[in-house]
Amino acid sequence: MQDAKAAVAGYPTLKPGKGKNSIWNKIARNWELYIFIAPAFFYFLIFCYGPMYGIQIAFKNFIPTKGITGSPWVGFDHFIRFFHSYYFGNLLWNTLTISLYSLAVGFPVPIVLALAFNEVRNGFFKKLAQTVTYAPHFISMVVMAGMIITFLSPSTGIVIHLLKAFGLGAPDFLTDPGWFKTMYVLSDVWQSAGWGTIIYLAALSGVDPGLHEAAIIDGASRLQRVRHINIPTLVPTMVILFILNMGSLLGVGYEKILLLQNPLNMTSSDVISTFVYRSGLVDSQYSFSTAVGLFNSVINAALLVVSNQIIRRTSENSLW
Amino acid sequence: MISGVRETRRDKAFLICNYIYVFLAFLIVLYPLVYIISASISNPKLVASGAMWLWPKGITFEGYKRVFANTSIWTGYGNTILYTAVGTAINLAVTLPAAYALSRKDFVGRNFFMGMFMVTMFFGGGLVPTYLLVKQLGMINTMWAIVVPSAASIWNIIVSRTFFQGSIPKELQEAAQIDGCTNMRLFIRIILPLSLPIIAVMALFYGVGNWNSYFSALIYLNDSAKYPLQLVLRQILVLQEMAAQGGGAIDVSTAVSMNSKAEIAALVKYAVIIVATVPVIAIYPFLQRYFVQGVLIGSVKG
Repeated sequence: MQDAKAAVAGYPTLKPGKGKNSIWNKIARNWELYIFIAPAFFYFLIFCYGPMYGIQIAFKNFIPTKGITGSPWVGFDHFIRFFHSYYFGNLLWNTLTISLYSLAVGFPVPIVLALAFNEVRNGFFKKLAQTVTYAPHFISMVVMAGMIITFLSPSTGIVIHLLKAFGLGAPDFLTDPGWFKTMYVLSDVWQSAGWGTIIYLAALSGVDPGLHEAAIIDGASRLQRVRHINIPTLVPTMVILFILNMGSLLGVGYEKILLLQNPLNMTSSDVISTFVYRSGLVDSQYSFSTAVGLFNSVINAALLVVSNQIIRRTSENSLW
Repeated sequence: MISGVRETRRDKAFLICNYIYVFLAFLIVLYPLVYIISASISNPKLVASGAMWLWPKGITFEGYKRVFANTSIWTGYGNTILYTAVGTAINLAVTLPAAYALSRKDFVGRNFFMGMFMVTMFFGGGLVPTYLLVKQLGMINTMWAIVVPSAASIWNIIVSRTFFQGSIPKELQEAAQIDGCTNMRLFIRIILPLSLPIIAVMALFYGVGNWNSYFSALIYLNDSAKYPLQLVLRQILVLQEMAAQGGGAIDVSTAVSMNSKAEIAALVKYAVIIVATVPVIAIYPFLQRYFVQGVLIGSVKG
């Protein structure tokens, strides 16, 4: 359709003189690649960098009629108000403990599961177990929350019935603040541990069989081979995933918490991101909410950089 | 892989423990899934009392009848199909060409573009500035607010770029260019037909994401006729606003046997979970290989 233009642009490729490969030559020859990248470029510019421009309202008193630029500056007022508010300590505590709890429980499970899958010799069973454990990954957050609520609902939920059948007491999981974090973390493990094994299994499939053969000849048991061959193979992957997890320590997702939150468990379920949602979009405190969100993302970015630095000092694995 | 080597007693014990461990993990994941299917076709009284705990008891399809009679579920379904189709088309149209351009070593500025995209992985504007932007663009309460602000994910661009770099022979591009083929024709006629695996992976990743997302609909849509399925589900499953009153008329015998509205609502919940999840779960076993492939391509170099 643009044959004439294309022919002109394609022309220089007919005589690719090696010395003449200047930058402008390359740009002119590949002008279409800039059209290829344009949609993504404008998408990121508008929808990712655009909001970054809007962050300035964290330091202003945003008045919708005056717009982002026209609103008056107030400096760090919103931040100060947030740090001095009575809920600040609680929000920070909940965010940190939910993250660390998730990390402590959710991080090792896929590793152990992958090591176990790797030792299963029965191909059919292995495939079946993998297919089933991957499946919950595709369940939506809303359905997941619905399942949790239905299974744990007092007097009718199946988990309650099962606990009673084993002679255990059944607490009010849904409304008792003491149970919220456990409910959140364990359901997360149920949903994502299987999927999380994929990346580790890939690393394990790269182990040189010669190592195992040599170890067998030296009389190493299976357990020893797992400990001294398989686990060291996974370390670089673990390190990378660990750094990425550290970066989102304060980035506990609101999507699931928002669905499981209720007025009764609020004291342990309210985290920074759900607070940002509530104060910003429900209560329309735009500037204040932006300030809280900014505080959160700055800490996240800092944590990511710091953990990457620490790991880079101590081993050769790092993100950059 | 190494057969013929005799297992010692300790190795056998280890293997047995390992099988038990994997089997337990398998059961723990499988049980809730089976339970939901069983509960969706069982008598809600038996479900609520705990008498039904594995296989269906007192089989009834009332839950599904109610779900299919519920117009808001159907509207939600239609909306979700529309948003998923349009959204995924946009996702692919943005992701694949950009990833291809970034995979080309002779593309001047690739590091600039890559850097610019990568920054968004670590830092973003946040909820409210994004909301204000979407509002300013006049997208509130339209389909565009759902599909455009999530038009591309940097992670998926990296995965596709890695695929293009690793799986398309460089000589192909050089030969095509010597023959005077333009980049546009090269991409459409040669690269894309060779890239069906990555197109499938991307369509699946984005498609499932679009199908399952609820948050952008929650904040950007205020007209319930435009709600996607997940928001309707939220009302039924989480906010418990079930419409035991809505839906078709039930015949007298069933009405007597399930006189409690709460029971019907519970039955509907299980049925609606199945109805909403079936499209994703149904395609999943057949396409599992592609999903896994996608994760693997991404893990080669993150």
